[in-house]
Formats: sequence, structure tokens, C-alpha cells
Amino acid sequence: MIEVQDLTKFYGPTLAIDRLTFAVEPGEIVGFLGPNAAGKTTTLKILAGFLAPTSGSAAVNGHDCLTASLQARASLGYLPETAPLYPDLTVTQFLRFAARAKGVDPKAESGEIDRIIEDCGLTEVRHTLNASLSKGFRQRLGLAQALLGSPPLLILDEPTIGLDPSQIVEIRQLIKELAGAHTVILSSHILPEVSMLCERVIIINHGRIVASDTPQNLSRQMSRGSRIALGVRGPEPEVAAALQGVSGVRTVAAQGDGRYLVEAGDLELRPLLARLVVEKGWDLLELKAQEFTLEDVFLNLVTEEEADAP
Amino acid sequence: MTGALAMLRKELIVYFTTPIFYLTGFFFLALGGFFFYTSAAYYSMVSLTAAQQPQYAAMLNAVQMIFRPLFSTLAIIFIMMVPLLTMRLLAEEKRSGTAELLFTYPLSDWAVIIGKYLASLIVYLIFLACTLVYPVFFSFLGKLDWGPVLSGYLGLILLGGACLALGLFASSLTENQIIAAVAAFAMLLLFWLIGWQQEVGSPGAGFFGAISLLDHFENLLKGVIDTRDLVYFLSFIFFFLFLTKRQLESRRWRA
Repeated sequence: MIEVQDLTKFYGPTLAIDRLTFAVEPGEIVGFLGPNAAGKTTTLKILAGFLAPTSGSAAVNGHDCLTASLQARASLGYLPETAPLYPDLTVTQFLRFAARAKGVDPKAESGEIDRIIEDCGLTEVRHTLNASLSKGFRQRLGLAQALLGSPPLLILDEPTIGLDPSQIVEIRQLIKELAGAHTVILSSHILPEVSMLCERVIIINHGRIVASDTPQNLSRQMSRGSRIALGVRGPEPEVAAALQGVSGVRTVAAQGDGRYLVEAGDLELRPLLARLVVEKGWDLLELKAQEFTLEDVFLNLVTEEEADAP
Repeated sequence: MTGALAMLRKELIVYFTTPIFYLTGFFFLALGGFFFYTSAAYYSMVSLTAAQQPQYAAMLNAVQMIFRPLFSTLAIIFIMMVPLLTMRLLAEEKRSGTAELLFTYPLSDWAVIIGKYLASLIVYLIFLACTLVYPVFFSFLGKLDWGPVLSGYLGLILLGGACLALGLFASSLTENQIIAAVAAFAMLLLFWLIGWQQEVGSPGAGFFGAISLLDHFENLLKGVIDTRDLVYFLSFIFFFLFLTKRQLESRRWRA
């Protein structure tokens, strides 16, 4: 659905994205993750046909975003980061314009607009001027215009930005419902959101892809080293020292209240640790392997990258 | 085609819901009405004199005394109003970020340009249609030679079309509506007055006369429909729409 090859974009002398290469299969929901100014929006703008790349190529649905721009644009729906709207039109007028601009079949137009208004929860504001919509409704209307005409690909730039928690849940639900029928690429810097919605995550920093995998695999890769959480009733300094003494343990962090976090090369240290505690005559209250969250992966990759930078 | 129509419809909705259309329309017609009244009143005064002194009667000509000056005045008023009608067209899309929607819809640049241009032209034609009241009203009171009046209207339509094309181009240059308006006004004034070079006999005066809006417009006012003038106005319109298209294309690259 999306083919990106060596995509590079300079803004004047500033390098925004640097030789990005990735592909998205039909039906996938891909999260584009990265800190601010990492190049997420630039990449999405190029895919949507709004910007031209400095070099490299991007294709949507088999159409090159630059040379076959109109065909590529016909197969996508795009929600820009700011969800821009025409302030002087009402919701229905705006959607009607969008439907015609996107070439929705005139006979199906009214039905399609009604369906989208219903799906996006815009019924109560359908005759309101865009200028007087609240942030939540603006975002929903932005999503609605992207969905019009059921394009096979949806490009959503920070779809939940600026929304309150209940609205965020609603929009996420809406995006989840789109899965299957549409291919979705969305950018975000909210990590739980990405791990919740996306089957695959592309992490980008300083315009380069630093990782691309499922959220689970990314967490697993990180846990080549793994973390074991222990709860032990016993004198803290001695417990910590004894744990540290086990071969294979890298660090022990006492977290107070009898809780310890052990970082080890291998999860198979668990039986050793359990035996040790019991042998010492302390009470073992808790023992569990801890998975790294996407947040850890992200911070790790991004900070590693920063440390590597000259 | 459907894209251009969608654009046209959207721009007309915006024109009719924002005050700028009503404001410019009001002043265009109020000033036009005022000039028509003064010219017609002067004409009727001269007519009374002519009734007593028949040698003047031959000089009486309603088209020359009322409509030619009226059309010149309408042209000047409209040139001042063009920037107000066109400044929003593309500049506002860029400022509010809606350009990002517009240029990611499967609309060609030409569809956007033609839709927006035709919307402004339709607004202008509505204003002009309202001024038809003057000659119709006059024709009930006296004999009116419709030929030069209609060629005057043709001149006004072509001149207005040319000014609007230039205004649209000015609006594509910036995201600031005020700058778009000032740029449009300055360029229009230049194209209007550049023909004055002929009178001081400066070198290249012929060239300046040939590109002057005023000179070509005056031919039509006199009732002379010359293909040179038609070609001039049509190429003027196409030239500025083409520049607008180039300007929109370059946006993708410069960002």
C-alpha cells in the first residue's frame, strides 16, 4: 500500500528526513513514533502529496506521490496535524465540498455524508459553522473528511492531539473500527496509544528509522536483558547484597518496602533467586518477570541514538 | 471538471456568507448610482438648454455624455475593489492550513485556480448585472443607442476578468491577505496608468501603451470591438492564471 524508498527532504539547509525506506502492507495499522521534530509530519506530508521530496520516492497504492500525484491522492484520506477547516462553512457544507473534491459519486454523495456524520458523531453539529466547533468536534470533522469516500489508505497525523481523555478514547475506538477495511498510518508521540492501536511501529528520530517492528517484538528485543521484580521480607541491605552476589545479576535496585528490581541477562535466574531467598531464611513474597514497555524501548533507542551522535 | 465546480461552489458559499461581498457590492452600486445620477442630471440640464438653442442639439449624445464616463468610473471603482475580492482566495488557504487539505484532495491545480477565478468573476458579474438598471431606466426616458453601451459592458467584463486574474495571482504569492491586497492594487494601478508614458513621449511608449489596461478598455468604450483588444484581455487573463499555476506548483518544492 505504501512504498517508501530512500526518501530525503531538506528544508533549505536543514535535513528533515534522511533516506527513509519502509513499506506498509494493505490492511496494516502502522504507528509512526518519534519525538517532536523527528520528521514524522514531513514524511506524512510527502505521502499525502502535499510536499515534494528532495530525493527518493514514495508511492501510494502503486502510484508515485510526485509523478502520479492525482491518482495517489485519490486513494488516500489525510488528516493534517492541525485539523484545518474552512471557518465560513457549516459541517455539512464542508463535507459536501470534500466529497465533491474527492470525486465521490454524486448519486451516493448525500448517503455517504450522512453515514460519515453518523459514524463520527457529528449529528448534533451538522448545521454548525466550522468556526464555532469545539476542539473535539474539529478533530472529528477532520477525521470525517479523511474518511469520506472510503479511501483505502488513511494518513492520520497526531489524530488525538489536544483532545480530552474521553474524546481520546472515542477517537481511538473509531480508528480501531477502521482496521481491516483501511490501511492506516498514524503518527503520535503518545506511546500507549501506539502500542494499543498499531500492529507495527516505526520509530523515527532525527529523520532516520531507528526501529520497525511490532510493539511486542520491540519490547522483547529490549528484554534481551530482562527485569525481575522481587518482593522479599528481610533486612534490606543484606537482601540487596545477597541478590547482587548471584552470578548473572547486573544490577539490583532496592525500591523500598521490600521490593527489589533485578536486571539480569537471563530470566532463567528466577529459580536461583527464589532458592537463595528461601535458603537465607527470608520470606519470598513476590517474584515476577517484568516486560519492557514501549516507552522504555523508545527512550532507549532515542537516547542511544543521541549518545551515538557526534 | 467536477473538481472545479466543487471549488466554485465552495468559494461562492464563502463569498455569500462573508460581509466582503455585500460591502463591496454596496459601495460599487452606491457610487455607480451616484455617478449615473449626476451625469444624467447634467445631461437633462444641457438638453433643456439645447431645446432653446438648436445648434447645441446635434452635440447631445446620451452614450457619450452619460455612459462612457459612467463606465470609466465603474472601471476605476472596480479596480479598487478587486483586491478586496481576491485577497482571500489563496492567501487564506495557506494561512489557515486548509491548503494542506485542498492540495491533498485529488484536485488538479487548474481545477482549484479555475474554480476560484470563476467564483470571483461571477461575483463581479452580479455587480455588473445590477448596473444594467441604469441603461434600461434611461431607455424608457429617452432614445438610447444600445450598441456602444453593450460594447462598454463587454469592455467592463473583460477588464474585470483581467483584474481578477491578477488579483488571484497576487493572492497566491503570500499567506497574508493585506499583502496580497496591496500587491494586487499596486500592480493593477501600474497596468492601468502605464499607458500615460505615451503622452510624455518617453522611449518605448508604444510598448507601454500596448500593455496598458486603460488603452484597450477605452477602445471598447468607444464602441469599437477590435480583435486586438479581445486578444489582449484574454491573454492577460491566461497569463496571470498561468503564473498562479506556476506559483502553486513551486509550493510543493519550497515548503
